[in-house]
Amino acid sequence: MTGTTTELIIDIIVILFLIVGTFFVLSASIGVIRFPDVYTRLHASTKAATLGIAGIMIGAFIFLYVEHGLISGKLILGIIFILITAPVSAHMIGRAAHATGVKPWSHDGQTRDEYADSLEKRR
Amino acid sequence: MKEIIGIVTIVCMIVITISIALLLYRVIKGPTNPDRAVALDAMGINLMGMAGLVAVLLATTRLNDVILLIGILLFIGTIALAKYLEKGVIIDRDDD
Repeated sequence: MTGTTTELIIDIIVILFLIVGTFFVLSASIGVIRFPDVYTRLHASTKAATLGIAGIMIGAFIFLYVEHGLISGKLILGIIFILITAPVSAHMIGRAAHATGVKPWSHDGQTRDEYADSLEKRR
Repeated sequence: MKEIIGIVTIVCMIVITISIALLLYRVIKGPTNPDRAVALDAMGINLMGMAGLVAVLLATTRLNDVILLIGILLFIGTIALAKYLEKGVIIDRDDD
């Protein structure tokens, strides 16, 4: 009885991790569709997709360990790799976007581009 | 419970397919080229999640190499794309 109860709880935990991860991945895509310029789209894509991937990988890790006794450290390694490389990719894309002349979005035209001012001052 | 986990996994794969379709819209329509780079990066991350869900559905560990490989190629591709968009070359020799 206790064995089946434990299995039920662990299955519910796996389902919860998978659903939450998928929700965050979908919300990242909706953010990439809905946000108005490159920099805000970078916020949505980088942070929410990283969290969603972490949820899906943790769910798969728990499932494979409990159901089949397979410990796969590569899933945890994948989470760590994404956590390291996603901010680097976002930084490079943001810098490339600023270098190619994409202006920050503003709803009233009052937003100042202080990075461009700093680059001008450094020259 | 095995059947419920299978059903949940298939539903999650359908949702990630919808998410990749939304990103494909941004890749095609995106006003500037960095928009397309952002959408391609997010699309690769969605592919990693899809590989993880297939690993749960088939109950195998052989897809873990696929997940790591997609992550590494995605990182290298995004860096190359960003450097190309910024300078026009990928490997440059001037130190700036």
